[in-house]
This record gives sequence, C-alpha cells and structure tokens, in this order.
Amino acid sequence: MTRFHFGRFLQAYAVLIMIAVLIGALSFLSDSFLTYRNLLNILNQNAPLAIMASAMTLVIIAGGFDLSVAATFAVGSVVSAWIALHVNPYLGLFLAPFVGLALGTLNGVVINALRVHSFLATIATGLIFKGVAIVISDGRLISVRLEDFIWLGRGRFLEVFNAVWIMVAFALVLTFLLNRTAFGRRVFAVGGNEEAAILSGIRTDRVKTATFAFAGFAAGLASVIATSRVALGQAGAGEGMELQAIAAVILGGTSIYGGAGAVWRSLGGVFLLALISNGFNILNADPFYRDLTTGLVILAAIGISVSGRR
Amino acid sequence: MTGGAALTASGIGVSFSGVAVLRDVSLDIAPGEIHGLIGENGAGKSTLGKVLGGYYAASTGTLEVFGARAQAWDPLLALASGVAIMHQELQLVPELTVAENVFLGLEEQRFGVLRRTEVRRLEELMAASGFRLDPNAIVSRLPIADQQKIEILRALAREARIIVMDEPTSSLSRDEVSQLHVAMRKLRDEGRSIIYVSHFLNDILEVADRITVLRDGEHVKTVPAAGETRSSLVAAMLGGGKSETPFPPKVRPVRAEPILEVMNLVSPGGANGATLTVGRGEIVGLTGLVGSGRSEIARAIVGADPAAGGEVRVRGAPYRKRSIRRSAALGMVMSPEDRRKQGLVMTMRTSSNMTLPHLARFAPDGIMRRRLERSRATRLIEHFRVRPPDPNGDVSTCSGGNQQKILIGKWLMENPDIVILDEPSRGVDVGARERIHFAIAELAAGGTGVLLISSEIEEVLGLAHRAYLADGGRIVEEVIPEESSEAELLALLFQHQSRRHEAAPA
Repeated sequence: MTRFHFGRFLQAYAVLIMIAVLIGALSFLSDSFLTYRNLLNILNQNAPLAIMASAMTLVIIAGGFDLSVAATFAVGSVVSAWIALHVNPYLGLFLAPFVGLALGTLNGVVINALRVHSFLATIATGLIFKGVAIVISDGRLISVRLEDFIWLGRGRFLEVFNAVWIMVAFALVLTFLLNRTAFGRRVFAVGGNEEAAILSGIRTDRVKTATFAFAGFAAGLASVIATSRVALGQAGAGEGMELQAIAAVILGGTSIYGGAGAVWRSLGGVFLLALISNGFNILNADPFYRDLTTGLVILAAIGISVSGRR
Repeated sequence: MTGGAALTASGIGVSFSGVAVLRDVSLDIAPGEIHGLIGENGAGKSTLGKVLGGYYAASTGTLEVFGARAQAWDPLLALASGVAIMHQELQLVPELTVAENVFLGLEEQRFGVLRRTEVRRLEELMAASGFRLDPNAIVSRLPIADQQKIEILRALAREARIIVMDEPTSSLSRDEVSQLHVAMRKLRDEGRSIIYVSHFLNDILEVADRITVLRDGEHVKTVPAAGETRSSLVAAMLGGGKSETPFPPKVRPVRAEPILEVMNLVSPGGANGATLTVGRGEIVGLTGLVGSGRSEIARAIVGADPAAGGEVRVRGAPYRKRSIRRSAALGMVMSPEDRRKQGLVMTMRTSSNMTLPHLARFAPDGIMRRRLERSRATRLIEHFRVRPPDPNGDVSTCSGGNQQKILIGKWLMENPDIVILDEPSRGVDVGARERIHFAIAELAAGGTGVLLISSEIEEVLGLAHRAYLADGGRIVEEVIPEESSEAELLALLFQHQSRRHEAAPA
C-alpha cells in the first residue's frame, strides 16, 4: 500500500522533484547559477516555448497532437515582421497571434473533415504553413529595427521581462479554462473517452478544433515575442519547437493518451529542459553531450511516470 | 479417471471483480465429438470456452487435456497442447493473404529470412482437410464464411485436436451455416473434438453429439443431443423459478398517455422499421437476442445514430433532426449499455462524470459552479448509495455496480421525462441490482416514461408494465408481463430469429 502511494506521488510530482534536484546540484556546483539574473534569463529565454507548451497541453489532454506549431510560429514571425515593416509595428505585433489562431482553427477543420489522426494532419498542414512562411518572406530575412516593434521582446515591466509576464498570464488563463470552465471539462472528457463524451451530447469536433485554435494562437503569440526580441522575421524560425513543446508536456506528466494533465506540468517540463541546457553553459560542460543528457532525462521521466502507473 | 477423454474440466470457477461468472462447472469432452455449449445471455458459455482456450484463468478447478494436467494455462500453452479457439470476432490480419494468415507465427525461415513456403504447405493442408480456398487471396476481401474456414485451417495447421468455436454462426447466412456444419462434421470424423458455443439452438441440435447447458454460471446438465428438443433446452436454460432478488411492486400509471412514440424507425446502424410507444409513468421493456437490434433502436431514437427513415414524437410533437443534445433538451436521455466504453470517462471524478451532459446548466456563463455541482452529485450519490460516497472519488476504482449507479445517476440528474436504460444492471452485484431496480420503479412512479432495454427477460418481466420483443431491428411482439413466462418469450425470440434466418438470402 505504501509502495503504491509512493509510486503515485513520484508519478504526480516527478517533474518538480527533478527540477529541485537539478537546482540543488547546479547551485552546489556553480556560484553563478542561483542568481536573480540567471534565473530570470532562463525564464525569459524559454517564455515562447513555455507559451506553446501550455497550449499544447490542451491539445494532448483532448487526445491530439499538433506537429504544425513550429510552422505556425514561422508564419507568425514573417507576418509580424512584414506588417511591422510595411504597415505598422503595433499591428504586426497584434495580428500574428490571430493569424496563428486562424491556422490552428484550420488544423481542427482539416482533422474533422478528413477524420484522420491529428498527428498525420498536422504533419501535412505544418509543411503547408512552412511553405507559406517561405513564400511570404521570399526566402529572405526580414529585419525590423524599429523601437515600436522590439519593445515587446526586450522590454521589462516591474523589473521583469514582458515575455515572462505574458507567459505567466497565458498559463494562468489556460489553467483557469481547464479547471474551472465547462470548456475545460469537455476537453478532459473528449480525451478521456471520446465515445462517452459524444453520448453525453458534447460536440467533440468543436472541442478538438478549439484546442488546436489555442495551440495556433499560442504559437503566434510566442513568435511575436521571439521575433520582436531578435528584430528579425524569418521562415526558419521556430524549427524543432513542436517536438520540444510535446516533449515538455509529456515530461511534465500529462498523459500521452489524453484525459489527464495540467498546464503547470508543462511549464515544469519546459524549465526542466531549460535547466539542463543552462547547466551545460554554466558548468562549461562539453555541449556535445547536451542532447544525450536531455534524452536520458526525458527517458527517466517517462520511466518514473510509467512505474507509478501500477 | 480420464477414461480417454480429450478434455476434462473439473470444478471450474471464474469471477470478474468479485462477481462470480462461473461456479463449479465440470464437463468432459470426448475425442471425435461435437459438444454444444448453450445458456442464456450471461450464463457463462463464452467464458467457459475462453477458459478452455486459455484466455481466462479459472480461479478454482482443474483442467486435464489428453490426460495431462493443464497448469499455467494460457493461449500459447493451450495451442501447444492441441486446443485452439475461434473467437466470435475473427482474429485474422485483414491485409495478409490466406496462406500468410494460416501460417502466421509458423513461417519457415532460414537465418531469419522467410522461405515463403506457406502456399505450398497450405495446398497440402487443404488437400488433407478438404477445405478449398485461394491461398493468395487477401483476407479482407473474402466473405466471413471463408474467413472462418481460415480460422479452422489455422487451427489445423497447429495440429489442434480440440477446437473451441465461440458463436461462429452469428454473422453467417443460412447457407454458410450449413457449410460450416459440414466442415465441423468432417473434423469430428477425423477424431477431433469441437466445442460449439452458440445461442442458436437449432444449429446446436442439428450438429452436436452432446449438449451442455449452463445457467447463471452453473452447470445444469450434459445430455446426448438426440433426446433433446428446443423446448427441453429452453426449459433447462431457464430452470424453475429462481428469482434471486424480489422486484419492486409495480405501480400502474393512472392513464398512460403516450410521451414517446416511434414509428417505422430505420437507421443504417440497425433499426429496421421499429414501432413502439412509451407512456407517462410507464416502464416499457424491450428485449431480444444478441444482434436483435435492441440498442440500435434506442440509439436511433435519441439521435446517437442518424436515422434513415421513420418518425419519432415526443409529447405528441414530431421530433426531427435528432441529436443527443436536442434529446436532452427535450427531456429524453439514454444510458448506454457499455459503461466502460460508452458511459463513463474513467479519468474523471464521480461528480464530473455525473454533470458531463448538463454542463450548460452548471456553467451558464462558461464557468463551472463547483459548489452546486458538488451538492447535486452528493444528492445522487446518496440516493443511489454509491460506494465510496465521495463526489471527488475516482470512478475507475469503483466496483461495476457503483459505476453503473453513477452512470444512471448521471442521466437522471436533470429529472428527464423519458429515460432509456440500456442494460441497466448488466454485470453488477445483487445489491446494486436491487438498488437500480427500485430506482427505476421510483422513476416511473414519479411520472417518467422508462424504456428498459435488457437481454435478461426476467428483468423485463419483473419491472415492466408492457414489453416488446425485438428481432432484426424491429419490434416483433408486444406482451403483457403478467401473462407471459420467461420460457414463452425466449421460445418466441428463437422462433422469430430462425424464421428471419431462413428468409435471409444465402
């Protein structure tokens, strides 16, 4: 009985335990780790990924996967830069998340219309989105050195980077949606047992589409932060972020089978990955081992979560 | 002690999550025998077949196969000992050829490379057994009767001496059934034993040498088929007046004005011209054999399946473009038959499961009223005496009976006017069953119209004011429970079924 509960505890809080262990170890090994500056930098650098992982949590809880978010990020990057340059910097910042929302909704429509697994559908739409980003940017970098554009990614509010505030606010909104609203209930029900959800009168197609819309919006939001930070729109932006986001969600302990999970877990997953990376920098460790280590940590987390499941 | 029996089972008992499905069943199968295994729905005949084939472990009792004690019995060991099982749902790989399926797992290889000798080996096997099929045909394109032959060939390729066939004829035409019977006789004449699990009494009587009857998980009798008739078998399946739990007293509705009327309902799912009515305060039973379309009729009524024709009226007003949502808004709900697959979301807590169809009511502006949810769920939990009585409880760890109570409670939360209950007490313990039965009686006494779908005729007779018999997706008889016996209804159902099978195109 005790063993069982111990397993459950491990499964539930594996990501926090690993973060605590890593923070302890890095503080011990290096003086420059546990500083306000370093920690804030980690948060700031990973805010775009954390925003995408938060929304990906909804998609995965509802039983789906979105492999197109990196491409949506790329579209957001070139669209915001192009509009900022040719129309208005503020409009560029404002519009990109809604472009993402539209692309995410399109994902949902495609998945429901073709009745294919989202995994397949979003591989295809991702390629299309990526192609659109290349066409819009004409394959070139779009440099936007405008104060009115870069304030978002570089500026601070109350000593903390804007990006971190946006990330916290976005994660809180999604947490509220998931846990306190009828929509959140539907998301859990669709992922937990789609047939039971349908027989309960839930329009599961709409619920799934909504989760993809959130994922698209988040990718757009993340992309304006990143684009404004580097003052550069490019179709190559965000490459690999879809897998990082999914890895972070799973690493956090959200069920890959759907029906269970939480946004804070995915943030935990993002920062666990970030700490590993940061540790390599701070300790001047051989970066050749970074991917190897990250892979081992993900494997360990999966092992723990499986061991807790009876 | 074995006396040359091919297989001897002694004192077999099986229980699933505390509910005994088989109790102390003993039987022996002779070599060169077709042994029929029959019983009502839930009598345990398929379970026994699966125990023999190693798919379920018996909690008590022993098995002996050709005189050797079967220990740590599982499908692989069973196969190695010469016992093969043909499942109700065929277990073939649809995209492979006949030959590849027959020799799946038995491929000859050299250094790990397939030698592709399956076709030649299959030719030999077919020549020896007399079954003819194209070895290179893709399985998914063959009719079911041929697919069954593949399963038989598969058993033969593994040198099975005993073959368990679980409801092999349920999706066959009359013609294909005779083909299968010819094949079975041939196997028997070669000295193999066949255990033939079926609810088609005529089929069993036609081909079996001996018949074992099960009832409520217990062995009733094993007799030579020659001396039996359909009515003698039905009598044995039903036994004499058991009634383990008393049913609540029936309260006649004062004047059962129709609240639900269904006319000639047709659906691609399986309703085929169903006509029925349910009155206010009335419990109307709906029963039928497996595959009679009971559930499909219900699904078409509430809009879980699209309908292709017919009419539904609720309180006299035509109800078109049906959906679960619209039905719920009209006060009509359906509790589905499979609580794990269709009913509950196992990853959600009890209260969230109960409020799932009523979210709009608990979140008028989108934000859940969690206190209201909790109190309404608690009320239902108390009403149904759900254990544990915790609205935050984990439904996946509840017993089947408590899950069923939660499922029914979920649908009663908004006090519907019409309730369709599909198998409300399947696989639950006696206490839960009794509680559910009283809840159904209370519901009707309060003026709700109840359509009670059950494969247990006894349950329908005990609870319903009126009852319909379904066959082939339509209503074939209407009966008054007080004037009918279980045996009569079962005999009627078998009659309709065999008549339909005879009429079916071969």
